[in-house]
Amino acid sequence: MESLDLKTLELRAINATLQAEGDGSNKSFKITNPLGSHAIAVGLDAPIEVNVHGSTGYYCAGMNKQATVNVLGSVGPGVAENMMSGKVVIEGDASQYAGATAHGGLLVIKGNASSRCGISMQGIDIVVHGNIGHMSAFMAQAGNLVVLGDAGDALGDSLYEAHIFVRGDVKSLGADCVEKEMRMEHLDTLKRLLDEAGAEAEPSEFRRYGSARTLYNFDIDNAGAY
Amino acid sequence: MDKTPGTHPVKPWTFDDYTNSYIRRAAATGIYDIRGGGAKRRVPHFDDLLFLGASMSRYPLEGYRERCDTSVELGTRFAKNPIKLDIPITIAGMSFGALSGQAKEALGRGANAAGTSTTTGDGGMTPEERGHSNQLVYQYLPSRYGMNPDDLRKADAIEIVVGQGAKPGGGGMLLGQKISDRVAEMRTLPKGIDQRSACRHPDWTGPDDLEIKIMELREITGWKVPVFIKIGGARPYFDTTLAIKAGADVVVLDGMQGGTAATQDVFIEHVGQPTLACIRPAVQALQELDMHRKAQLVISGGIRTGADVAKALALGADAVSIGTAALIALGDNDPALEEEYQKLGTTAGAYDDWHEGLDPAGITTQDPELAARLDPVAAGRRLANYLRVLTLEAQTIARACGKNHVLNLEPEDLCALTIEAAAMTGVPLAGTSWVPGAEGA
Repeated sequence: MESLDLKTLELRAINATLQAEGDGSNKSFKITNPLGSHAIAVGLDAPIEVNVHGSTGYYCAGMNKQATVNVLGSVGPGVAENMMSGKVVIEGDASQYAGATAHGGLLVIKGNASSRCGISMQGIDIVVHGNIGHMSAFMAQAGNLVVLGDAGDALGDSLYEAHIFVRGDVKSLGADCVEKEMRMEHLDTLKRLLDEAGAEAEPSEFRRYGSARTLYNFDIDNAGAY
Repeated sequence: MDKTPGTHPVKPWTFDDYTNSYIRRAAATGIYDIRGGGAKRRVPHFDDLLFLGASMSRYPLEGYRERCDTSVELGTRFAKNPIKLDIPITIAGMSFGALSGQAKEALGRGANAAGTSTTTGDGGMTPEERGHSNQLVYQYLPSRYGMNPDDLRKADAIEIVVGQGAKPGGGGMLLGQKISDRVAEMRTLPKGIDQRSACRHPDWTGPDDLEIKIMELREITGWKVPVFIKIGGARPYFDTTLAIKAGADVVVLDGMQGGTAATQDVFIEHVGQPTLACIRPAVQALQELDMHRKAQLVISGGIRTGADVAKALALGADAVSIGTAALIALGDNDPALEEEYQKLGTTAGAYDDWHEGLDPAGITTQDPELAARLDPVAAGRRLANYLRVLTLEAQTIARACGKNHVLNLEPEDLCALTIEAAAMTGVPLAGTSWVPGAEGA
């Protein structure tokens, strides 16, 4: 495992090293002394493994493709934003906008996630072992958001086609977000995601939320909902 | 017959025919009017400025003989590979979705022929667009529809859109009738539903966050390409200052005449400042930061002629950007289509229901039959011709002012025709040395 120390190397040098790995690479890297730095391990595009030993600032693993990024600490805002594929695992907590606009891959947050988790998500799967903050999955388009703990206010506001699964309490649902029937295919999806995320929970303990689809086309009679 | 003379019937200025039609439409529908384009009202504009030309104390350059350069570089502040353009006129961001594929191709062809760049819009980058544009600016919008790192790395520049002149502070809505299978797939949304383009970015909330976001984008693209920040003409002095402090290579400033694919008419006509009023505060901000001509300023919103181009540059811009004018050059609102515009309840020159997707010119539509009406090669040639005329006109004026590069034009070459224009631009009122609001004025 190649070690990259942010105390001795510039961020640009570290990211350039990681970004230079190609499709065939399966190398592992260890990043030490992240000290809350921003944009660590962004724009990766190879099936490599990156282990960050400590907590990071904004946008860790942003726009990730293929890579597995493990953060042995907590992360600042926008972790795995716009991720396309791969896997990002956070051992601690995540700040705002975790997985924002991400198209694919799996984001696992073993602690809690702050507000707007999964905002505008476009296909990513997110599993949060703890709780999530308010306005999570706002305008979420596609993918799955799984929460083992509780969800804050206005969950799934203006939701499109993303699926939300919550085991704990939901403080309130946002506009056009409703509880929906949990069918067999949803239980199968949940089981797969819980297994992949290393989460010990039974799919049957969750409730499913989705879009009522009443705001999909502008209707003056819905003006009060906006 | 005895008849007492009466006065002519008088329609109130406040409640004129248009206003009454607005009220009747609102009363019938219960919903505000949505349209495309920019502000239609008369506002102070470049027509309110004149060039002085050479005289006893100024030495002109010989037309057709002495060189007047028009090349510009955008992104010289931080980027390894600034954009190098032959002319100081770029094509503004317009999306595939709002525009047909043919129209996007035509924009690329015209821009290539004239040696300038085009810009994507909401919805991402299409292969055709990339293929037909030698220099393509990739917009990074709040919706992030279609955003991906591969396309990001294919871009020649990244334009982070904070706002636009037609609707500073507003998002957008691509109505369901324009959502074809392809547009839906690019945006990861179901076909036929209205697609909201958010007004705020999902993962940053202010200039301090934006500085980090720019750093992330530079790390992803290896610090190679310039990062533009596009702002609407709201608070140009402060917004330019903050954009520069956040690390922008280029500030794109769009005044209220700048067009949009669709938004509320009330928003277009009542929010934001005229383009003319935005330039001086932005230039002042750059000068105070010692960044004028180091970070570039691109002005858009109502640029129509080479004179407009020259005036924007003289006030301190490094380049201009055109959207509506480019569409007209392609064939939008052509009087030759008057019969079809009449069927749509409008007339050539006034057609602005771009969101409905029924454009008889095949430009603002996703209907395959309508879109096929636009020949991208011929339309691209028209755009190239138009861009060349703008450039020639700007050069003509610059030579008359004794400048061997259009960027050497300066406020001292101008006078203002109105007190308002003088106050907004800091250029003296014609025939006087008076600049309203200036110290000692």
